[in-house]
Amino acid sequence: MSSERMTHLRRLEAESIFIMREVAAEFANPVMLYSIGKDSAVMLHLAAKAFYPSPPPFPLMHIDTTWKFREMIAFRDATAARLGFKLLVHTNQDGVAKGINPFDHGSSLYTHVMKTEALKEALTLHGFDAAFGGARRDEEKSRAKERVFSFRTANHGWDPKSQRPELWNLYNARIRPGESIRVFPLSNWTELDIWQYILAENIPIVPLYLAAERPVVERDGQLIMVDDERLPLAPGEVPQMKRVRFRTLGCYPLTAAIESDADTLEAIVGEMLLARTSERAGRLIDHDEAASMEKKKREGYF
Amino acid sequence: MNEAIAPVSAAEYLARHEAKGLLRFLTCGSVDDGKSTLIGRLLYDTKLLFEDQLATLAADSRKHGTAGDELDFALLVDGLAAEREQGITIDVAYRFFATERRKFIVADTPGHEQYTRNMATGASNSDVAVILVDARKGILTQTRRHSFIVSLLGLKDVVLAVNKIDLMDYSQAVFDQIVADYCAFAAEFGFRTLVPIPISARHGDNVIARSANTPWYEGPSLLEHLDTLDVESVAQTRPFRLPVQWVNRPNLNFRGFSGTVASGSVRVGEAVVVAGSGATSRIASIVTADGELAQASAGQAVTLTLEDEIDASRGDVIAAADARPDVSDQFAAHLIWMHEDSLLPGRPYLMKIGTRTVVMSVTEIKHRIDVNSFQKLAAKTLALNDVAVVNIATHDPIALDPFAEIPQTGSFIVIDRMSNQTVGAGMVDFGLRRATNVHWQALDVTKASRAGLKLQKPAVLWFTGLSGAGKSTIANLVEKRLNALGRHTYLLDGDNVRHGLNKDLGFTDADRVENIRRVAEVARLMVDAGLIVLVSFISPFRAEREMARELLESGEFVEIFIDTPLDVAEQRDVKGLYKRARAGQIQNFTGIDSPYEPPVDPEITIESGALAAEAAAEHIFAFLLERGYLS
Repeated sequence: MSSERMTHLRRLEAESIFIMREVAAEFANPVMLYSIGKDSAVMLHLAAKAFYPSPPPFPLMHIDTTWKFREMIAFRDATAARLGFKLLVHTNQDGVAKGINPFDHGSSLYTHVMKTEALKEALTLHGFDAAFGGARRDEEKSRAKERVFSFRTANHGWDPKSQRPELWNLYNARIRPGESIRVFPLSNWTELDIWQYILAENIPIVPLYLAAERPVVERDGQLIMVDDERLPLAPGEVPQMKRVRFRTLGCYPLTAAIESDADTLEAIVGEMLLARTSERAGRLIDHDEAASMEKKKREGYF
Repeated sequence: MNEAIAPVSAAEYLARHEAKGLLRFLTCGSVDDGKSTLIGRLLYDTKLLFEDQLATLAADSRKHGTAGDELDFALLVDGLAAEREQGITIDVAYRFFATERRKFIVADTPGHEQYTRNMATGASNSDVAVILVDARKGILTQTRRHSFIVSLLGLKDVVLAVNKIDLMDYSQAVFDQIVADYCAFAAEFGFRTLVPIPISARHGDNVIARSANTPWYEGPSLLEHLDTLDVESVAQTRPFRLPVQWVNRPNLNFRGFSGTVASGSVRVGEAVVVAGSGATSRIASIVTADGELAQASAGQAVTLTLEDEIDASRGDVIAAADARPDVSDQFAAHLIWMHEDSLLPGRPYLMKIGTRTVVMSVTEIKHRIDVNSFQKLAAKTLALNDVAVVNIATHDPIALDPFAEIPQTGSFIVIDRMSNQTVGAGMVDFGLRRATNVHWQALDVTKASRAGLKLQKPAVLWFTGLSGAGKSTIANLVEKRLNALGRHTYLLDGDNVRHGLNKDLGFTDADRVENIRRVAEVARLMVDAGLIVLVSFISPFRAEREMARELLESGEFVEIFIDTPLDVAEQRDVKGLYKRARAGQIQNFTGIDSPYEPPVDPEITIESGALAAEAAAEHIFAFLLERGYLS
């Protein structure tokens, strides 16, 4: 690494490491949220670097909605073991008991119960005072406004109108008991930076990002993968094998695939150069209503 | 410029992308000068907008837009619901785009005066400021204010973007006049580069490419300028500093100091010093996950190991042994106040400088700076968005550098201790004296030996409550009881002290803070003398009572809350003060037009409405006996 003139990727890396070390030093009980996606993969990789030769001084936590792609779950367990993280998995059991699912209850209610409520429940249960998330400011408009250290009330709520001023790299970590801070070490990374870094550092990612033959159905112009038998098929609807991949990964019924031949990282970047839609276009929950991300975030969504 | 459609292979593209540098800039200026529109234009013209984002933009433009049937680019960056509804920018938004040479991070900052703090936030992490001026309006108050803050935060490179030039028929005379007006007041800011550019954010003139509509303009387009501007990195040329973030101890054989190099560089074998203690050693190794380095420079996140087992922990600064930072507990600084609750001199706040957080207070506001006229004005307190030159005292000595020399170790934030809000931002001008020159004189007779003679444990009994709550009556009874037992006491009464020691103070918030600070210091001296001190003061603010508590050792401060409801105290009105306050004859009267903050967790609470003064005094006396204050 040349130190005379740092490239933007090395500057981003150093900034993320600085943020992670601040959290480890200032908080009593931090946790790193692990979503298993490409951004999480980069975040974990940076955490392993930040504290080397020590292991990262906080556990990983995955909020399992029970509707993740099966490949993601397998990858999750392997990655945590490889990097030496303690892994916590939390599911909203109340939601499971009530049979909450994205088909009968709509994506909005489902997301609220199985993601937002589950997350709040888990944070409260373990008494975490800081939680890392892999969100980036280039993803969405309300994210572009969020601080690196984002304050949450004891009810996990976000008030975008009264965020603490955040100057230089002097992050204010002061909170009262019960309150918490969501920390976004990848705030200044773009989607392209993420792929560039994955390639440069040879970071393993879930194979779903790479093109392969997969069973899908087409709904409202979006390709939904039939990951297991729980996906209800409309009369006459038959899953077709198509060569597809995912730009972003969430719950399989709510994450659309794109047709693609990109089966290497280089090919993915090549495809991105010609992309005419943003990655969140594949996230069905973002389109629920105007300003939907801001609304979800106010309620405690990551 | 337009990389997104350039016909290159992914591999070529990645190779180029990897070598790019990073430039961070902010857009600022008055409301409606078109800051957000400019950023929207940059994103649109560099093809960084996707189809789904354009579809959303088209829908939003029809709903909230102000650009007629055209796309309203401002809606791209105004991300909060409240912002889109009101058509204004409230908070800083960060946007990203890239050219062949550089990746850019843009901070879009609000123009409204009440959001100036958010503008300062955006400026603090920027290399360059793009200050927009509406060609129709010329230089406005916010233009001057923002230029001033930009200079205050140490930015050296400024672009003056004269926007909406299309609405002035692309007039050179208009442009020249605005540039002249601007240079007239900006000369003293010491900007290294100041490049004026006539633009139309709405139509794209001189934003990406030079426009045919301004043939008289011979300079670069905005993007050409930002793409090629040589931003000097002063941090690299300054002495080595590394604020320790985290002590890295995976096992007994490894003890490293993790942190990011704030300035300068260091090589293995070089001599370094831990600034606070003065302990010196040499760099044994520079550790990273990607292998050990021979040298580390400003901006790099590393872990240092030292040749000697010297003590250092989070908050310490490891520095070049031959170019050390000041270590001081008093310094002069520029301060920007960022909260609705005013800064009160004497009130303890927290400050975070580097990785160190200490208790501090402003000892003197030397002057406030009027951001319109740049004149120096006298001030007793600082209100939201005020800028001032102040003297600051910290509880412990800290390592610091003048902001002008090393911004990373000369900048700090101020945090309110009660609300935990970030309430101010500061830049160190210079240390006022070396703390090491003022030593605490060690004395042979100690507090314990003095108190031992009196068979008592020295303490402060701090009575707080509304005027007329019964504080002095009860304190008086407690003192009589102690005196009768042969205990050595003293009663500091609010009214009495204001006749002498504090007769120069009034009843503003600032004076109330100073009133309590002095009394707390006097009480501390008396505790040191071995006395049981009874303090009977309204002392309405939690922060100052906490300050008094922290001056003393654990167990020496007994907070007694005389909890009398306002209506009961007002009914008693022994001194007739409530009547006068209600009639408007007394200003800043606690409970009427000045707040009282009740204790959160006092040692003793007396509900004086329910308890006679004698019973209350008995209750306090019993507490003192039980806790061993009267052995």
